[in-house]
Amino acid sequence: MTLHRRGFLKVAGLTAAGVAGAGSVRLRAGDAAASTAHETATGPRWAIVIDPRKCLKKEGCSDCTAACHATHNVPALENPRHEVKWIWKEGFPEAFPDQEVEYVDEALTEKPVLVLCNHCGNPPCVRVCPTQATWRREDGIVMMDWHRCIGCRYCVAGCPYGSRSFNWVDPRPHIKEISQEFPTRTKGVVEKCTLCEERLAKNQPPACVEACKEKALMFGDLNDPNGELRSVLRSRYAIRRKPGLGTQPAVYYLV
Amino acid sequence: MHDAGKIITGLALFLAAALLPFWHNAAAGKAVKIEPKIVTQEKQCVAAKDTMRANHMDLLNTWRDQVVRQGRRTAVTEGGKQVAMSLSNTCLSCHPNKQDFCDTCHNYLAVAPYCWDCHVAPKERS
Repeated sequence: MTLHRRGFLKVAGLTAAGVAGAGSVRLRAGDAAASTAHETATGPRWAIVIDPRKCLKKEGCSDCTAACHATHNVPALENPRHEVKWIWKEGFPEAFPDQEVEYVDEALTEKPVLVLCNHCGNPPCVRVCPTQATWRREDGIVMMDWHRCIGCRYCVAGCPYGSRSFNWVDPRPHIKEISQEFPTRTKGVVEKCTLCEERLAKNQPPACVEACKEKALMFGDLNDPNGELRSVLRSRYAIRRKPGLGTQPAVYYLV
Repeated sequence: MHDAGKIITGLALFLAAALLPFWHNAAAGKAVKIEPKIVTQEKQCVAAKDTMRANHMDLLNTWRDQVVRQGRRTAVTEGGKQVAMSLSNTCLSCHPNKQDFCDTCHNYLAVAPYCWDCHVAPKERS
């Protein structure tokens, strides 16, 4: 069969369109699977549930912060612009800016709320890190590699919750008692809560959860339908910080 | 030769300056052989001595990536023993004398690894 130029162009065009169409369908299908980070029954999905009523029982309590910061050699800096914190208390309007609280009981809305890194299912900080010094593990923990962090602070800007702190100064002189068990960080890297992944490796709960005397912090596996977290979340309504952003945070606050 | 005096003097001064490194080495004498001090009673390190001497940097980098990025914390040594892959807690448990062990070679070779900026060296000898 003699194929002239016109015929060849028709065949080539149809083939190209077919390949592109098939390729884009496959790509979109793959994307959809990867973008929503819902691990279904393939391992734990660690999360924390906080009960603010229990947390507020003792006024001015900072047992969790003290335990976390002591375990992980977090410095205590006087200048509030340099402060480094892994878990701390924030005012209610700052923690939940999307909640309307007019005429809601002031016992909740005028008291501090305990906040920490939310270990989001769709973390903006991971997305913007240029060196993958922060990444999301299979078990939901947003982990940090301080060897690779270049201190660009893109993640600090990306986090909508303010969970990340940059080391503006050398932290070592400001650590009250350096623990041998855990390294410190240097000036120039960003740090945040790592959900005590080194303790989880030894089957211990996170330091904050263990330190809370009122048991206001609960830690567990969201993928376990019969676990403590799921039963608590079924029994009481819980909110998360800034859910409209689509970050899928893993820290729940019982109402 | 015209200006022979100036030329010879100049040449002599130039040779003296150009060969200065060799005069210095001759005067300084033979380099002292350094040997890091082992204080542990353990017979075996994580790997053989020569392997460690040549490859401990690589080993530490591999351990770092395994622990931090893969979450794998234990390794099996050449002797079959299970160890935690940790600089501060495994390596320094047998070699706590950082100044007589790590620093002897590092100082001699003018190497300043930045591990110690973050990893805590034992208090007694650091």
